[in-house]
Amino acid sequence: MFKITTELIKPDALHEWILKPHHGAVVTFAGTVRDNTDGRQTARLEYETYAEMAEKKMVEIGEEIQDKWSIEDVAMIHRIGALKIGDISILIAVAAPHRKDTFEACSYAIDRVKQVVPVWKKEIWQDGDSEWAGDRH
Amino acid sequence: MNIHVKCFAGCKDVVGRSEQTINVPEDTTVGDAFDQLVNLYPGLSRFRSSLMLAVNTEYANRDIVLKEGDVLACIPPVSGGLAIADCRLRIAD
Repeated sequence: MFKITTELIKPDALHEWILKPHHGAVVTFAGTVRDNTDGRQTARLEYETYAEMAEKKMVEIGEEIQDKWSIEDVAMIHRIGALKIGDISILIAVAAPHRKDTFEACSYAIDRVKQVVPVWKKEIWQDGDSEWAGDRH
Repeated sequence: MNIHVKCFAGCKDVVGRSEQTINVPEDTTVGDAFDQLVNLYPGLSRFRSSLMLAVNTEYANRDIVLKEGDVLACIPPVSGGLAIADCRLRIAD
């Protein structure tokens, strides 16, 4: 499952979805909305995406993981729209018969998402200002 | 020929719209099309060193030749600006 959603992300649901009887390990990463960036207080975040391309790139990352570690069961859900402090913006799950490589594969997955998946976050600060993350030039 | 241009995040703020169709000469490259956009929207020039471009949902370097109906997307730094591993894809190169 590789999808973009506007709905609340539920880790239990994804865990249930990915888990198969032959699995002995599930590693899950949740990216959550932090209350500050470099000390500046965040009010909320807004996420925007090029959905068609984002889902395609997430699928490709799953394929990369399959090539590198022979792990077939990878799922990613990225939420867009207005998110508040503590919300999960992205959930990645990796499952395999044994835990070997699952931690590394999950870590690789989030690193790759941040490189190539077209999702952008806008910081809305407590002071009312706002800024697209990465837009500092 | 007509190509469709999609802009997102900071680029969309400069351009004022998320989608539009522009007319470009036959055999226009990705780089030339972007330069044409900068002429229309000078505010885009500040993204030159950080923007990535995609054609029909694939990242593209500036030499790719566009076809009628292609979808060109302007992709500012994703997820907090971490550099893409492949620097070939920076439009300024």
